[in-house]
Amino acid sequence: MNKLNIGVLSLQGAVREHIQMIENSGAHGVSIKKPHELSKIDALIIPGGESTVIGKLMAKYGFDDAIKELYKDGMPIYGTCAGLILLAQKVVGGNKYTLGLMNIEVRRNAFGRQKESFEADLEIPGIGKNPFTGIFIRAPWIELIGKDVHVMAKFKGKIVMAQEGRLLVTAFHPELTGDKRIHDYFIEMVKKS
Amino acid sequence: MVKRGTIKVKAGLAEMLKGGVIMDVTNAEQAKIADEAGAVAVMALERVPADIRAAGGVARMADPLIIEEIMKAVSIPVMAKVRIGHFVEAQILESLGVDYIDESEVLTPADEANHVDKFDFTVPFVCGATNLGEALRRIGEGAAMIRTKGEAGTGNVVEAVRHMRTITGEVGWLKSLKKEELMSAAKKLQAPYELVCEVARTGKLSVVNFSAGGIATPADAALMMQLGADGVFVGSGIFKSKNPEARAKAIVEATTHFNDPEVLAEVSKGIGEAMAGLEISEIEKEKLIQHRGW
Repeated sequence: MNKLNIGVLSLQGAVREHIQMIENSGAHGVSIKKPHELSKIDALIIPGGESTVIGKLMAKYGFDDAIKELYKDGMPIYGTCAGLILLAQKVVGGNKYTLGLMNIEVRRNAFGRQKESFEADLEIPGIGKNPFTGIFIRAPWIELIGKDVHVMAKFKGKIVMAQEGRLLVTAFHPELTGDKRIHDYFIEMVKKS
Repeated sequence: MVKRGTIKVKAGLAEMLKGGVIMDVTNAEQAKIADEAGAVAVMALERVPADIRAAGGVARMADPLIIEEIMKAVSIPVMAKVRIGHFVEAQILESLGVDYIDESEVLTPADEANHVDKFDFTVPFVCGATNLGEALRRIGEGAAMIRTKGEAGTGNVVEAVRHMRTITGEVGWLKSLKKEELMSAAKKLQAPYELVCEVARTGKLSVVNFSAGGIATPADAALMMQLGADGVFVGSGIFKSKNPEARAKAIVEATTHFNDPEVLAEVSKGIGEAMAGLEISEIEKEKLIQHRGW
């Protein structure tokens, strides 16, 4: 079987790490800088970075309509941190550049500024028994979820990982850990879709 | 257990800034312009380097009031500068809650032998470097991000290029060495042996490396990205130009599409005059900022 092509939106942020993790999970990582390059991929990762910057560049280069269209046609998308914010239907405090695909309401920088950033072990039953090291950097959390959203992990009562159909989001950064279980999980989602 | 201030968390923020532009701002109004233009973070300081250079005298940490106003004005990370070795200025910035501290040669050094012990802080530090040895000494002191120094406040990219090429060249040289040659290399670079071994093995710095000091145009930013920078700092280049909004936006796009000459041509059109530049050879040697830091 040919390797799956997983795109990483490469406008700004932690692109390299996601591509490495995708390769570790046995798929082919593709850097996506222009909307026409989306046609080559089976799924998309929107990485961590500054959601305002990625959002503005997405709008400027016409990514928003292209991604929404491909999502409608069945493309799975995984968003980490800034990517989570950009997939949300509603952002507390506003962010006019979201794609608005996932039925969640999120709060930006909810865990605080950088000095409050942290790492902590998370229980994520959906990916296995062993805890997963969550790295939270000026991280958001999910405040409200729609009825079809499945909560995959919480930290101190706050939702930090969720799935809705072919959309997956984490408030933390698996790409900074070397633990590929969440990328494996996403690639399984892609195979099933 | 929740762990704060770990190297993963500190270096992680720098990873998230990659491919972005960090802009110098001196007040809340400029911070908003930078944010609107797509800055990935802002650097709060009292005067941009070109003005520091012109004014002379002692340059210090900015007024905490201004830093707080900037923090309130934008939702992106806010960085601020402390003098080299001035750990009390760093303590103050940490208590304000800034997201990154730049221990910067642009300000007047407070200690001519020692830098701040950056492991002592929860907030991460970025430090300047002109070569690999200097970069590894800073990482050895706990810096979670490096920026090549260039020559701040000149609008002249030549020193930024020199420092980036120097570091890339030295990394390549380390990679080519045999294991038994690394101690001698560490001695030559005046860098911690363990870090030298790590660079030789991985072929890169263990933290993100941005370019700074002299970037004034979209083409300058793209040049530094093509030379291997993970992102760019623009100091005087934006707010000393004729049209800061347009130039800031153009530099952001040029940093993203650094490999695409068509985009670079498009964004470089009609953005007004760049800041006036300085020829490095016309600056007296003792007024060069890049030599501060040890």
